[in-house]
Amino acid sequence: MLLHINDLHASINGKEILKGVNLEVNAGEVHAIMGPNGTGKSTLASVIAGREVFEVTQGDVVFKGKSLLDMPVEQRAREGIFLGFQYPVEIPGVSITNFMRTALNEIRKYRGLEPLSGAAFLARMEEKKKLVEIQSKLTNRSVNEGFSGGEKKKNEIFQMAMLEPTLSILDETDSGLDIDALRIVANGVNALRSTDNAIVVITHYQRLLDYIVPDIVHVLYEGRIVKTGGKELALELEEKGYEWIKKEMEGR
Amino acid sequence: MASEPNDILNEVTQSEYKYGFVTDIETELAPKGLTEETIRFISSKKEEPPFMLEFRLNAFRRWQSMKQPEWAHLNIPPIDFQDIHYYAAPKKRPELESLDQVDPELLKTFEKLGISLEEQKRLSGVAVDAVIDSVSVKTTFSDTLAKHGIIFCSFSDAVKNHPELVKQYMGTVVPAGDNYFAALNSAVFSDGSFAYIPKGVRCPIELSTYFRINAANTGQFERTLIVADEGAYVSYMEGCTAPQRDENQLHAAIVEIVALKDAEVKYSTVQNWYPGDKEGRGGIYNFVTKRGICKGNHSKISWTQVETGSAITWKYPSCILQGDNSVGEFYSVAVTNNYQQADTGSKMVHLGRNTRSTIISKGISAGRSNNSYRGLVKITKRAENARNFSQCDSLLLGDKCGAHTFPYIQTENRSSVVEHEATTSKISDDQLFYCQQRGIDTESAIGLIVNGYAREVLSKLPMEFAVEAQKLLSISLEGSVG
Repeated sequence: MLLHINDLHASINGKEILKGVNLEVNAGEVHAIMGPNGTGKSTLASVIAGREVFEVTQGDVVFKGKSLLDMPVEQRAREGIFLGFQYPVEIPGVSITNFMRTALNEIRKYRGLEPLSGAAFLARMEEKKKLVEIQSKLTNRSVNEGFSGGEKKKNEIFQMAMLEPTLSILDETDSGLDIDALRIVANGVNALRSTDNAIVVITHYQRLLDYIVPDIVHVLYEGRIVKTGGKELALELEEKGYEWIKKEMEGR
Repeated sequence: MASEPNDILNEVTQSEYKYGFVTDIETELAPKGLTEETIRFISSKKEEPPFMLEFRLNAFRRWQSMKQPEWAHLNIPPIDFQDIHYYAAPKKRPELESLDQVDPELLKTFEKLGISLEEQKRLSGVAVDAVIDSVSVKTTFSDTLAKHGIIFCSFSDAVKNHPELVKQYMGTVVPAGDNYFAALNSAVFSDGSFAYIPKGVRCPIELSTYFRINAANTGQFERTLIVADEGAYVSYMEGCTAPQRDENQLHAAIVEIVALKDAEVKYSTVQNWYPGDKEGRGGIYNFVTKRGICKGNHSKISWTQVETGSAITWKYPSCILQGDNSVGEFYSVAVTNNYQQADTGSKMVHLGRNTRSTIISKGISAGRSNNSYRGLVKITKRAENARNFSQCDSLLLGDKCGAHTFPYIQTENRSSVVEHEATTSKISDDQLFYCQQRGIDTESAIGLIVNGYAREVLSKLPMEFAVEAQKLLSISLEGSVG
């Protein structure tokens, strides 16, 4: 098992957001986590990545047999966890090329590998750019600075392709995308699917899942995963809306 | 491609001030204290012609009637000017034909600094006029330069061999009585560099000087004069590292630049004097007067500086835009950490018509330091259609440091356009988290973000300097977060 989340509770400023999340992800799987706004989807992504503002009060997150909770953010990343951000931040003056080279070599160093040569690195850049139809100009620009919504999300998937993580969590990657950009981003993600890695897609629309077809769909509601099913669950949600889940939960 | 910085960042983020060592070279010291006698001693030691002694004595008299300025946003401990040696020189001043004849101790020092003359000669094609303890030891590439009629030598040699040029230009940009520290320098200056680029000559290599303070309790008073004759071009690099000391050291330099008609001078500095320790003990006091005059029409002077060192920095590289259509530029990154204080900026004085100036200042403050930008843009009556653009950005790391901006704008001409932009920002948690999530640790992330913030200025530096500058930015911000 790649990722095992067991009874995870997490809070911010004393307010509990995650109230006992259980989740198991195996290599080769694509999971979708759906749910209405404010139910803890992004919090779950942040807690797995190790964002410090969230306090884990109970439970555990185990990745490849190791607990993540005591690891700093960068170590989790080096272990193979990638977070595709909902709102990628701008870093003025730092080119994507430079940023990626730094990141990739840090990760390689952690794994006992030599830094990639300049030529090998550039070749890899070229190859991965094609995956998400990035024009070469983009990589000379500063990280996310002045990017359109679509460019930002493409750039996230490009970085995912560059770093070849074992577990990718894509947080609302579809938000702010027009249909063409959505298709490009989804194609990129699909190209990266393999039997060795896993992808967790966080979204509240079925739309993205027409393109990235999940093996397993979860519904996160009020800090807990309340429903798990196959890809047809997403369609059911689309049809009935989240009211259906709310009613079902209240009825219990 | 901007490649190496990351490796470099890793390599350097763990070290204390690296260049803290003392080279054991016998030095000859002037007795402590400053009197007319001291000045006569210096002048005779240097076998100067009478006009130099006259210049020094005049400056000394001016200095005696002046007071140390107090307007800067700096807390300067009292300096006992009588407790300083005003002259120190390597005892044996060798007449050298090759590097073999250089004091081996000296060569070792260069190697530790990573600036071995041999390597410089072989690899980079840079002529180095190395100044150690105020006396030039070795000038390279003089032959190549001589072919173009370029003079590049120590200031003392210039006084001996080209007195007419020195006499013509020295003190014309920074007069002896310009300010307290300029007067002090003019009275006691020890050595420095001199460059003259003749008419129409484009200097084929970057001229470079490495400065180094080396004897305990020695104030160092460099003086540099660069003259670009009509249509000439030169790029000049000044870099410094200083050995670690417990007691404070005074440094008061003067740089004068003269650009005649159609001439262009680029002056780049990486300043890394000892900044003092984490508690603010020790460190260099750096009071510098740097000024250039665009004397002829269509001339251009460009200052680029990366300031990471010194306990106290007081420095305002300036341009007097006298010629019509002349251009002045100032690009600066100033970093302060721990208890460092910097009050730095520029003056752009527009005298000629259609003169243009640009000021880009990037301040970075960390620890308990204070970092001030102070700049003057002055547009006189005659300066029709003059333009200035100024941008002053401050980046704060932590919540105990200070960033201040003191822009002064004086315009006497309605046709002028003056723009001033200023921002203050912090490295956000979101930026750090984003970098960390990609596998980059906090220190490297800060190095990356800071270098990105300063990129506009770093990109103005010559290649050889840019890498060193990136290293220094990271070194000087070590331990500033977390």
